[in-house]
Amino acid sequence: MYSLKGKNIVQLNVNKEIHDVVIRPSDVLLNTLRDQLGLTGAKPGCENGDCGACTVLIDGWPVKSCLMLTVEALGKKITTVEGLKNVPIQKAFIEKFAFQCGYCTSGFLLVCHALATIHPYPPDIVIDEWLQSNICRCTSYEEIGNAVRAILSGEI
Amino acid sequence: MISFDFEYYRPDTLKEAVDIFLKLDKEGKSPVYYGGGTELISMARVGSQSFGAVVDIKNIPECKVLGFNADTLCLGSAITLSDITEANYFPLLSKTAGRIADHTMQGKITFGGNLASTIIYRETVLPLLLTNARLTVAGKNGLAEVEIGQVFKERLRLQKGEFLVKATIDKKFLIAPYFHVKKTKNEKIDYPLITAEGLKLDGYVRIAFSGLASYPFREANIENMLNDSSLEFSQRADKIVQALSGVITSDLYGSAEYRKYVLKNTIVNILETLKDQ
Repeated sequence: MYSLKGKNIVQLNVNKEIHDVVIRPSDVLLNTLRDQLGLTGAKPGCENGDCGACTVLIDGWPVKSCLMLTVEALGKKITTVEGLKNVPIQKAFIEKFAFQCGYCTSGFLLVCHALATIHPYPPDIVIDEWLQSNICRCTSYEEIGNAVRAILSGEI
Repeated sequence: MISFDFEYYRPDTLKEAVDIFLKLDKEGKSPVYYGGGTELISMARVGSQSFGAVVDIKNIPECKVLGFNADTLCLGSAITLSDITEANYFPLLSKTAGRIADHTMQGKITFGGNLASTIIYRETVLPLLLTNARLTVAGKNGLAEVEIGQVFKERLRLQKGEFLVKATIDKKFLIAPYFHVKKTKNEKIDYPLITAEGLKLDGYVRIAFSGLASYPFREANIENMLNDSSLEFSQRADKIVQALSGVITSDLYGSAEYRKYVLKNTIVNILETLKDQ
C-alpha cells in the first residue's frame, strides 16, 4: 500500500520530463505545477472545478488541476500547455482569432487537443459537450468552436 | 490550496482499505474514503470539511470493474462517470452520468463518489433505484451484497469503515425503453430543478426523481398513479403532483409551485412519449 505523510520529495512526469518536487499530501496539482515548476500556463480561476482555466492532460485526458491532489498524479503523464509544441490547435486558435484576453486559452487548447486526439471524428454534440467544460469570459465561444472544427475537418 | 494537512493512503486490496481506515479512525484521524476527490477537495479548500487522512480506493481492482458477469452488469465504485459514458453499456445510466457536472469533471468524478455525495442530487442512484440494483459493500466483516433499498434511503447509509465496492444490475433492464429528463433553471450544466428518469418494463412504467425533493427517490405509490390506465395522462400527473406536494423543494433553483408546474408537464410528456413503446 502506497502512503504519503508530511512533506516528501516525489517525482512527476510533466511534459515528458521527470521533475523532483516537494509536496504534502494535501497539495493540489495546480499549485505544484505553478509554484514548484514555474509552469504557469495552468491558470487559477475559480479553483472549484467550474471554469477550466487550470485544465491539464493526465495520460491524455483533460483534468482540472485545481481538483486533483498532486499525489494522485504520481506515475502518470502530465501535459501542460507548455508541453504542446506546434500542434494544429495552436495554429487554429491564431488563424480563427479564438482568444481575446487569453486567460482561458491554455485550458481550451488542452481540451481541444485532447478531443482531436481521442475522438478525431466527433459529431457536433460531442464537440459541444467537451467545450462546455471551459468558460471564456470574453465570450470567444464561436471562434473557439471554429478553431476546433478547423482542425477536425483537416482545414488546418 | 487546502489549508490543513492530512495523510494519504492508497491500498491495493479491499481488506487493506478497511483495515487502514479503522486504524486511522482509532487513532482519531477522522479518515475519509477518497474516489475522484472533487467534492472533498472543494469542500476542504473552503474549510467546510476537514479530515486527517484519506484512503484512496482507486487502486483496488474490485472497485474498478466495468463489464458483464453472467447476466449482470458490474459497475465498480471507482470508475469515473466518463468510463460509464464511453463504455455505454446501460444507455440510461450513460445519459445520467453525461449530464452531471461538465465533461472534464466527468473524467474525475467517480460513480461511488456521486452516490455517496453530500450534495443532495446523487443522480446516478436513479438508474440503480429503477433496476433494483444490488450493492456490494466492504466492511470489517468482509463483503456484503445488499439490495439498494436496504442501504440507500435518501442517501447512502453505511456503517463506519464501510465503503461501496460495486453495483450490479440485471441485464434485462439495459435494453428496456427509458426516458431521462433533466430540467435546469438556466444553464445546461447545473444542478437539476427536476431530473425524472424511468424505464418501461412489461408495460409498466417505473419512475424516479432527483432535485424535486431534498433527496433522490423512487416510490411505489407514485408509480401506481403513473400507470393507472383509468385516468387521462393529465389526471395522473395532477394526482402525482398532489401526492408529492409535501416533499417538493422550494429553493434558489425554483419555488415549489414552479417545480409542481414543471413536474406536471414532464409527466404528461413522458406518458405521451412512452405510450407506443
